[in-house]
Amino acid sequence: MNSYILSCVAVCAAVTAALRFLPFLIFGGGKKTPAFIAYLGRVLPCAIIGMLVVFCLRNTDLSQLRGFLPALIGCVLTAALHLWRRNTLLSIAAGTVCYMLLVQLVF
Amino acid sequence: MEQRQKGTLLRRAFVATLPVMAGYIVLGLGFGMILKAKGFSFIWAPVMSLFIYAGSMQYILLDLLGGGVPLLTVALTTLLVNARHLFYSISMVDAYRGAGAKKPYMIFALTDETYSLVCTGAPEGVDRHGYCFLVSLLDQLWWLLGSVLGAVLGTLLHFNTEGIDFALTALFVTVFVEQWRSMKDHVPALVGVGASLAALLLFGSEDFLIPAMAAITVLLSLGRMRRGEAAE
Repeated sequence: MNSYILSCVAVCAAVTAALRFLPFLIFGGGKKTPAFIAYLGRVLPCAIIGMLVVFCLRNTDLSQLRGFLPALIGCVLTAALHLWRRNTLLSIAAGTVCYMLLVQLVF
Repeated sequence: MEQRQKGTLLRRAFVATLPVMAGYIVLGLGFGMILKAKGFSFIWAPVMSLFIYAGSMQYILLDLLGGGVPLLTVALTTLLVNARHLFYSISMVDAYRGAGAKKPYMIFALTDETYSLVCTGAPEGVDRHGYCFLVSLLDQLWWLLGSVLGAVLGTLLHFNTEGIDFALTALFVTVFVEQWRSMKDHVPALVGVGASLAALLLFGSEDFLIPAMAAITVLLSLGRMRRGEAAE
């Protein structure tokens, strides 16, 4: 049993690390980063963060109000507060507390 | 002087990771508790959190282990679930250039949340690589702490944490807003959201990430060709 778990953990760790290291091994070796990769390095972050927001909300149920209102209100509050005060901790704390109250007490 | 700069660097990195601390300790607690509930030895919590260090995959691995699946299934599932990490690394190849001895660890520790903190760069006037390294290290510390606590305390905990994982969603929302403000060109952000939503509608919530990444790469590449990469 333990050797089976150990093998699975090792395989999982190796594949994860390979995915993280591969781009650096392929494109990071030379003196200069290839222009296309450097371009991706500039534009990808914005696209990826957008993708991660969608990823976090992927199981939102749009068929009923209680399925999506807490997440919608939480996100709008977080974004609005962040545009206004630009204080990351404040935006996240307020958004999260609001979301928790909504899912636990309101909906 | 050197000492004081190190102090500032650590303090800045610490403050930056506070939202991740909240999210990771709670998600780590959940992971540790499930691990114990499924009857695994406590020791696997720190082993997995140290060597795999990929939150959602660790949750999935517990299911796979319970089912006694073949190693090949573990490898393929990891490949599909964690393919997005290729994306993070591609976008950090340039930024992590010249990070020296810290670099292998910084690459190893590039999770979703760490990526969201380091992809915007370090605050003004601090050592960029040192900052990214400390952020990476602190994030893993929070994850390790949460998973070990969860495995030790197990089901002794009874406070209602429902919804607290929204902290990570909120973190990504603030990074999105921050990037939106700092970038003149909003096309990449819109492509990211648009392509992901389209892929989500077409492929469903379990399988949309890889099509979304493919679409984002193709669209951004086409954009570069069309606009002739003026920002070079």
